[in-house]
Amino acid sequence: MNLIKLSFRMLRRDWRAGELRVLALALIIAVGGMTTVGFFADRVQLALSRQGNQLLGADLIIFSDHPLPQHYADEAKRLGLATSTALKFPSMAAKGDNSLLTEIKAITAGYPLRGELRISEDFSKTDAAYIANAIPSPGSVWVDEKLMVRLDLNRGDKLEVGAARLTVSALITQEPDFSIGFINLRPRLLINAADLPATGLVQEGSRISYRLLVAGDSGKVDNFRTWAQSRLTLGERIEGIRDARPEIKAALERAEKFLSMAALASVVLAAAAAALAVRRFTQRHLDGCAVMRCLGASQSSIFRLYLYHFVTLGLIASAIGCLFGFIAQQALAFWLSEMVEAELPWPSVWPAVHGLLTGVVLLLGFSLPPLLNLRSVPALRVLRRDIGMPNTYSMAGYALGLVALSVLFLWKAGNVRLGASVMGGFIAAIVLFGSFGFLLVKALARLRGQTGGAWRYGLANIRRRATSSVVQAVALGLGIMALLALTLIRDDLLQSWRTSLPPDAPNHFLVNIQKDQLEPLESFFAQRHLAHPPVFPMIRGRLTAINDTPISSGDYSDIRARRLVEREFNLSWADHMQSDNQIVKGRWWKSGDRGKAVMSVEEDIAKTIGINLGDTLTYDIAGSTFSAKVTSLRKVNWDSFRVNFFVVTPPGVLDDYPASYITSFYIPPGQMELTNQLIKAFPNLLVIDVATIIAQVQKMIEQVTKAVEFVFLFTLLAGVAVLYAAIISTQDERIYEAAIFRALGAKRRQLARAWAAEFAILGGLAGLFAAAGASALGYVIGEYALNLNYAFDGRLWLTGLVAGVVGVTAAGLMGTRSALSTPPLMTLRKI
Amino acid sequence: MIHLSAISRVFHMGDQDVSALTRINLEILPGDYVSIMGPSGSGKSTLLNIMGLLDRPDSGRYELDGKDVTDLSETEQARVRREKIGFVFQSFHLVPRLTAAENIELPLILEGVPPAERRSRIHEALVGFNLADRAGHRPAELSGGQRQRVAIARATILRPTALLADEPTGNLDHRIGAEVMALLEGLHHAGTTLIVVTHDRELGARAHRHIAMRDGEIVEDKT
Repeated sequence: MNLIKLSFRMLRRDWRAGELRVLALALIIAVGGMTTVGFFADRVQLALSRQGNQLLGADLIIFSDHPLPQHYADEAKRLGLATSTALKFPSMAAKGDNSLLTEIKAITAGYPLRGELRISEDFSKTDAAYIANAIPSPGSVWVDEKLMVRLDLNRGDKLEVGAARLTVSALITQEPDFSIGFINLRPRLLINAADLPATGLVQEGSRISYRLLVAGDSGKVDNFRTWAQSRLTLGERIEGIRDARPEIKAALERAEKFLSMAALASVVLAAAAAALAVRRFTQRHLDGCAVMRCLGASQSSIFRLYLYHFVTLGLIASAIGCLFGFIAQQALAFWLSEMVEAELPWPSVWPAVHGLLTGVVLLLGFSLPPLLNLRSVPALRVLRRDIGMPNTYSMAGYALGLVALSVLFLWKAGNVRLGASVMGGFIAAIVLFGSFGFLLVKALARLRGQTGGAWRYGLANIRRRATSSVVQAVALGLGIMALLALTLIRDDLLQSWRTSLPPDAPNHFLVNIQKDQLEPLESFFAQRHLAHPPVFPMIRGRLTAINDTPISSGDYSDIRARRLVEREFNLSWADHMQSDNQIVKGRWWKSGDRGKAVMSVEEDIAKTIGINLGDTLTYDIAGSTFSAKVTSLRKVNWDSFRVNFFVVTPPGVLDDYPASYITSFYIPPGQMELTNQLIKAFPNLLVIDVATIIAQVQKMIEQVTKAVEFVFLFTLLAGVAVLYAAIISTQDERIYEAAIFRALGAKRRQLARAWAAEFAILGGLAGLFAAAGASALGYVIGEYALNLNYAFDGRLWLTGLVAGVVGVTAAGLMGTRSALSTPPLMTLRKI
Repeated sequence: MIHLSAISRVFHMGDQDVSALTRINLEILPGDYVSIMGPSGSGKSTLLNIMGLLDRPDSGRYELDGKDVTDLSETEQARVRREKIGFVFQSFHLVPRLTAAENIELPLILEGVPPAERRSRIHEALVGFNLADRAGHRPAELSGGQRQRVAIARATILRPTALLADEPTGNLDHRIGAEVMALLEGLHHAGTTLIVVTHDRELGARAHRHIAMRDGEIVEDKT
């Protein structure tokens, strides 16, 4: 207890004397950055889910091919969740003599629970659209643009839907809950569920998809999902945002990974800053410890004294850091909400708890080894100041810190592979940097004789403080490395996203093209001086057997697998593999393989259904059986919005089966009439406008990009803290040095030049380390964790070197201004 | 009280071994007032360090109050220092961020003395060393004499049996130095064994027993 009180007292005094400011600042920035990242990631992820949910129209949907039992809705209501129901089915809609197969959706109040349903009452102007605050009133119908064009509908027209005659009252311009799959290709209309009986369309045998939409508090939605999951019967399935939309799933996962990495970079920088600051603290407390040892303090007393000291400091600084993080993320949320017109949800308390833990663990990880050294300061140091310098510089001394850091890495990455690869990169870098650092310092020291003035002195200083210089260069190198790696991966990632969704990404799909329409369609595009888009054959078939063993949905427990087995696949053939596909197993066929019964399967679907390379798959295509051997598995980039298929064969295999054709193409915003011309020229074709969904996904990506930029700012701030800590760590020596030199007649400018040379060398070393580490790290993360192609970039080395030299020199000179301006007499009196 | 037998201490300076103490035999009795004198490098401070358990001999035995303390562990050495030995240094060695009273309190905290008793003993020491009005001041706010008085108060607060002083007046002017010596001698009169290392002949002459050293050996020991 006495020691605790003494520890608090010394903490107060140390704080007032400015001894702990750098350490506390490093911790506050680190924890602040971490919690900002944490809070922010928390909110962005919630926002992303919400964006995703806007496409889904709900947080969760239960689909069924039969009327859903009432208990689902009852349970959702009991949990306080909002619900709405929808029935979807294909049927004919007619205006006068013209009729069209249409996708009809009958909805109840509250639809959609997430996202926006936009309608326009002016059928000539879609920009007059507004957000619908209700559903169609009974007796009225809302139609989409396709239906409007093809049936030449106007507001007030009567539309026959089954036996009911409904009044067209609005044009749908944007609707959530529409898929980019190939199920909802038909023109669409929305009616009030109350009108459904009057249509007489819901009958035995009708192909109706029943849906229960659920939304609300994410915890409750999770509870509901768990509850409902175990009660699903055949024909029923649950979809949340993560189950559907491969392109959104990919974006979400990538965002999560990247934000985790940004947080990891901050952790590393914080660790480097903490290590440097603790080292300085230790050095400045050697004498005090020696006096206490002299007065009979045991080693354990000294250790406990400073342990209490550091734990208290860690808790206080981390708490301030959390507060700082909270305020920063609030500011960010405000800024971002202005830009993206999206309300970020309130964060959970966990990022703060994580931040607090991180701060204390980080501080202890890097302060315990020096503290262990501090306790072994010999009492004799009171008389002989040359003894008792603890071995705080040794890399081994930081082993505990590295262990703490590794734990934090794995925890923050939430993914062993990502955490281990990043951490492994850092550890390898530290070992390599340390070894090369010593060699470089030795080699540089030899140049001393060949240089003059400031450089000679700078080199001498580097050599004299060899261990300390290497430690500083490694710490700074790590900081710059994290920043470089982050910039690099950030650019790669953003580039990858941008290229996955280029401005001219296909925004229309054209399906149901018949073989005899291929030539006229080509002429249609040629006449309008448009490039003819690639056309792909499409054959629908149901998987019936794997290796001659019949399969059915009952063989699978996984809901998605069951669904995939129940539905028909789209099969296609191609001579060459598409550019956004990548073989992961086996090989693509050669041109000589034409007509060979082989196929390539998309890897995700193969994994879900349990298809392996070499398996023979049997399909039922329009009553005929077709079998082929799987000779390759492909990874498909679903983000590209190009036409892709789960199963592809070589040409000449599926030629005899009934096929239609599909293509995707880009129509510039000003040429939308092209769609109408297409429909008029080829009435049987379905034109799917995916521009809206692309716009929504792009908007989501923009949000993530902004989030990443902001997170990156904090990583930079942590990098600056490292630099500051590194400069401060040699401040005492410099003040002393300056006093002696100036007492001997050296000018301030001479000293400043000499120090600038020293900082430039240190910065250069750090920059080299950083570039080497970032290249290696970028490669590892890009190749193995994010599945991005990373190319080595020579400019990175130049950037690292320049950033190191310029940054460290500038910051070093700024940081040592006070050492230069301290009157030498004042310093010498203290000695 | 202090019994040194064949104590040797060698320092390794680069490639050379420098013998700081060579087979020193010495006995100091309870209540002695001893001065150890000699030129720089004679080994007097090394001898004081070994007697104060700040350093270990390379060979020989050291008995303190009849117990062999030569091979004590670090923790045991710390305990012995706390209980039996007080140090007074030329440069005071006060903890700069603690006040005069807090510096004096330090050994009491380390000894685990309860707060109430600590308060009364600190008060007693502050009054006894004429520091009552300087209790809340930091070392930097005290004069040299006051700092040394705080150091002596701190060294004696646990009532050690031996007080080891290394050039106790080295940083003080003549008048203040005399005052400090008077204080130390007062403690000796009260029963404390006082061992003073100095190269000041006048100061050394005040002791009852004079030990002269040269090249790591005792060349004179007279009372």
